[in-house]
Amino acid sequence: MDLAFILIQLLNGLQYGLLLFLVSSGLTLVFGIMGIINLAHGSFYMVGAYLAWSLASMTGNLATAIAIAIPLTVVLGMALEKLLFRQLYTRDHLYQVLLTYGLILVFEELRSIIWGDDVHGVAVPALLNASIPLTENLSYPVYRLAISGVCLLLAFALYVLIQKTRLGMMIRAGASNRDMVQSLGIDIKLIYTLVFAMGVALAAFAGMINAPLSSVTPNMGSHVLIICFVVVVIGGIGSVKGAMAASLMIGLAETFGQVLVPEVAGMIVYVLMAIVLVWRPEGLFGRK
Amino acid sequence: MPGNAISRALPWVIVGLLALFPVLDSTFYTQLLTKVLIMAIFAMSLDLLVGYTGLVSFGHAAYFGLAGYALALMGPKYEAASLWWTLPGAIGICVVFALVTGLVVLRTRGIYFIMVTLAFAQMLFFVFHDTKLGGGSDGVYIYAKPTMNLGETVLVTLEKLDQFYWLVLFFTAATYFLLRRILGSSFGRALMGIKVNEHRMRALGFPVFRYQLASFALAGGLAGLAGYLAAVQFGFVNPEILSWHQSGAVLMMVILGGMGTLHGAVIGAFAFVLLQEVLSNQAWFGIAAKHWQLAMGILIMLVALYLPQGLAGLMAKLQRKPPAEAEEGADV
Repeated sequence: MDLAFILIQLLNGLQYGLLLFLVSSGLTLVFGIMGIINLAHGSFYMVGAYLAWSLASMTGNLATAIAIAIPLTVVLGMALEKLLFRQLYTRDHLYQVLLTYGLILVFEELRSIIWGDDVHGVAVPALLNASIPLTENLSYPVYRLAISGVCLLLAFALYVLIQKTRLGMMIRAGASNRDMVQSLGIDIKLIYTLVFAMGVALAAFAGMINAPLSSVTPNMGSHVLIICFVVVVIGGIGSVKGAMAASLMIGLAETFGQVLVPEVAGMIVYVLMAIVLVWRPEGLFGRK
Repeated sequence: MPGNAISRALPWVIVGLLALFPVLDSTFYTQLLTKVLIMAIFAMSLDLLVGYTGLVSFGHAAYFGLAGYALALMGPKYEAASLWWTLPGAIGICVVFALVTGLVVLRTRGIYFIMVTLAFAQMLFFVFHDTKLGGGSDGVYIYAKPTMNLGETVLVTLEKLDQFYWLVLFFTAATYFLLRRILGSSFGRALMGIKVNEHRMRALGFPVFRYQLASFALAGGLAGLAGYLAAVQFGFVNPEILSWHQSGAVLMMVILGGMGTLHGAVIGAFAFVLLQEVLSNQAWFGIAAKHWQLAMGILIMLVALYLPQGLAGLMAKLQRKPPAEAEEGADV
């Protein structure tokens, strides 16, 4: 195992981690701000990937497909929040689990009806379809670097949005005291709708940009969902910073795990989670 | 109080009627009812956690599946395993696993608890899915169903459908009466107290953690009993048996029936399995039967939104309608 090989795995791990961050940031925000546990979050990732695949095969261009698909997922998110999730804010987590479990079944079946049960591939955009040579026989694909770059940009934008803008201030205020924010004349319902739609769009976007790297498969949503749960638990519920730290941790752990100890790679993240929980039951950056 | 006498006798009458069922000699319905009763055990074990201890576990299929794998791996490959020791062995493994995982998961509450139980179940899923231990994603076949021997004579063989059915019915009834007994005891009262107000119970000097751990282990053991029987019925185990879909399904049974009432879990298991059977019936729904999960998903969402107390709650409401209204009037 030489340096170039380690570098490639490192980049892969970071890229995977950053992608996980896109999905789990929405999940952790919805947990933290609305107190909603959303099992269907993985389905948004799946919907994104399938939209990218079908629109890309229609338009012949992934970038166009993504440009069309993002507004669609925002609308989907807003509609779901207004029609379903709004009714659950004051209810026990149990019913949130149940409703979103039902929603997964609905999404999976609709996917099966609309797009079928086959595995699909999406071509890497021509512009980014190149590799950077590292050694004589090892190289690194540009597309992966591009994804990492885009994810980092989005993460930065999210940070600015939440920490530096007026809207972000309202979001943070809404997370700590909903009633107070409302009595100050801020439309908390609108904020909830926006945050939820943003989470949906981020997860779907992750599915879209990852479609050329991993194939588009029926069960892709549930795998991502569970990993993102682990990310949220390790990072601390509601903490975007924690989601970033945990995403990178898990991205690296799983990538190196698959290379070094493939037999137990699937378990590593859960063992990691158990260790963190024994040490800090509220997660790395969670509030007590 | 005749009402009380009826409600006390009713479970016995139902068990008696169900015991007569195989006499009707319909293989299909006996098999279906066996499945329902196994799921009823599974649902009751989860109801102990969700409905009585206030712990929403979303990884309960872990214990169900673990017991199935325990049977498949402990028994001899081509001969019948002995029910005498494989059943207690499988349940024992589940109890131990529940105790170990309980030490970690019971440190968390609320959303964390839901996700951590799910994550542990997934961990187990990957243990069986990714390693050769249990045949990977293909799983293991159980070629011969367990028997109960005394010396050379075979007392019970689960190869025989009606014997298997009676055994399952026996365990379902035993689970119901056992849990009712436990929940009526001071231990059960304490659990319900913890569900309502954990801090108060701690202040009163109850060892809350130990009570929860005991409940968690008991629920794990009973889920193991159900999983063992399910593995016997299916004749094979694969990682799907402990997937999170299974955990979701059993949670649905508990809530559909009405949590916090043992009979609700049984009703929920009946309703869920029958619903599954009906919706996926091709003769009735044709092409739509292939996508039966769509209808199931919508039904689950409707229950979550409009039937929070489940079928048992609905029945109780219908029975008690007039006095409830009078009470409301008195409040105003």
